[in-house]
Amino acid sequence: MIAALGLPVRRRPMLAIGSALLLAFLLAALLAPWIAPFDPIAQDGSIRLHPPSLAHPFGTDNFGRDVLSRVIWGARIDLQIAVLGVLFPFLIGTAVGTLAGFFGGWIDALFMRLIDVILAFPFLVLMLSIIAILGPGLTSFYIAMALVGWVSYARLIRAQILVLKTQDFAVAAQSLGFSRTRIMFRHLLPNALAGSLVFVMSDAVLVLLNGAAISYLGLGVQPPLAEWGVMVAEGQAFITTAWWITLFPGLAIVTLAFGFSLLGDALGDLLGVKE
Amino acid sequence: MHRYRFVLFRPLQFLPVLFGISVITFVLVRLIPGDPARILLGTRATPTALARIRAQYGLDEPMWAQYLYFLKNLASGEMGRSTLYKIDVLPLIATRIEPTLALVTMGVLLSLAIAVPFAAISARRQGRAADQAVRVVSTLGIGFPPFWLGLVLILLFSVTLGWLPVSGYGETLGEKISHLILPGLTVALSLSAVLTRSLRAGMIAGIHSDVATAARARGLSENAVFWRHVVPNALVPTVNLLAVNIGWLIGGTVGVESVFALPGMGQLLVRGIFSRDYMVVQGVAMTFAVATVLVNFLADIVTVALDPRVKL
Repeated sequence: MIAALGLPVRRRPMLAIGSALLLAFLLAALLAPWIAPFDPIAQDGSIRLHPPSLAHPFGTDNFGRDVLSRVIWGARIDLQIAVLGVLFPFLIGTAVGTLAGFFGGWIDALFMRLIDVILAFPFLVLMLSIIAILGPGLTSFYIAMALVGWVSYARLIRAQILVLKTQDFAVAAQSLGFSRTRIMFRHLLPNALAGSLVFVMSDAVLVLLNGAAISYLGLGVQPPLAEWGVMVAEGQAFITTAWWITLFPGLAIVTLAFGFSLLGDALGDLLGVKE
Repeated sequence: MHRYRFVLFRPLQFLPVLFGISVITFVLVRLIPGDPARILLGTRATPTALARIRAQYGLDEPMWAQYLYFLKNLASGEMGRSTLYKIDVLPLIATRIEPTLALVTMGVLLSLAIAVPFAAISARRQGRAADQAVRVVSTLGIGFPPFWLGLVLILLFSVTLGWLPVSGYGETLGEKISHLILPGLTVALSLSAVLTRSLRAGMIAGIHSDVATAARARGLSENAVFWRHVVPNALVPTVNLLAVNIGWLIGGTVGVESVFALPGMGQLLVRGIFSRDYMVVQGVAMTFAVATVLVNFLADIVTVALDPRVKL
């Protein structure tokens, strides 16, 4: 798998463009304090609602804040949303899927019924209901994400483990007297991960869109922090006069999502995984 | 007719799921710290109202008894009262179903109208420039945030061109349809990206299938083979894909309803969260979950009706 990832990106445009986009956003996030031309939350009443210009390529918002600087700083929060919003569900789902697939029986039945019930709820509706209880904020978003998002990973991993555990190498490991923990995590899990690695990329797109949507609704990241969904919500009132406040943060979401999608498709081709 | 026998038995399999849905919605509200009677009625509730809801939901009794009270109330169509709107939750939700249902229907119809032609172009010119373009656009389309796309469409069609209303719902059928076009298009553009990818794959498989070869052998033109044999077969799995994505689709309508100020269930949910109207949150979550289960059931029936080979 690592060897596959190390393949040259030449003649693999999806892999090249996808990685380049993600790298660009990662650099923007890491270097935000140095590359952003202005302070993302400093207000300046004298330059309110200025259209895009050389000094402010993306214009300024109703508080006179530089939209470009806010988009760059927004990469910090939105990348964090995409990474942490995938990481917790991935870890929980992988653990549950491995245990359920390996042991079967009542553990498996219990988790599968729980997954059926969680899947019966529209994803965003259940997330919003949990956030309603925990109160608005990014922490609530991550908790809700972890509580709801693990089901897809659990199903994927479980299906893989069920197939893998009957194969020769697993039976061989068993007859060598290896412990169940060792067989599960050293032999089965590494082989089961390829499929969910591709899913991680398409999931990152959904998590990013959900995180931005929840912030747009006012239930996630709170102003004055620069987050793209918050920025779109703030620009909505000025859509007729100052379209740039809304347009640019939205384009940032689309571009980052495109990067994740391309990388996911490229990984799928490389690893021979069908979605 | 025995292929349709599952219509009678499948609802029995829903029972555990429905039970689970009721447990989760029950637990959700009970997890809120504080006096549940005050949480359900708001901070300005009178002592008599508090005493009444304690009795109605058995709030002084153990948790399992409270759950039975909750079920009993639910069975008699009693989902509590909204603290914000001052009316019962069930009739409140009933008035909000129509805009959401209309939005989802509009979204699905428009997305099929977009996805089928694009998938057809893509599949019939596999590997060529048109195919590459459709693939790039559909990959890009998956990443469009619905709430933002809605605003861009408003800017384009309502503000700049002045063709369609900015927001709201209207009274007459004509008004409602004109108010639903932009929200429907917003939902459809995201959804059609997903559908196009699946339809394209189905059509490519269909073009190389035995059915298509047999049709060609009978002397049918390539166009007739494609539209009469390949497309209908590619649409069958799409029905299932739509059903699987219905939860995602409903979630998307929450943001879209907020952008276009459509008085649907999503807007009700968001308002309910902001005003701590937990009875409404509970009721809407439960209604959405039951609707999702129903849609999946309907999709099973449609799949069996469309494809004689499928047995459930």
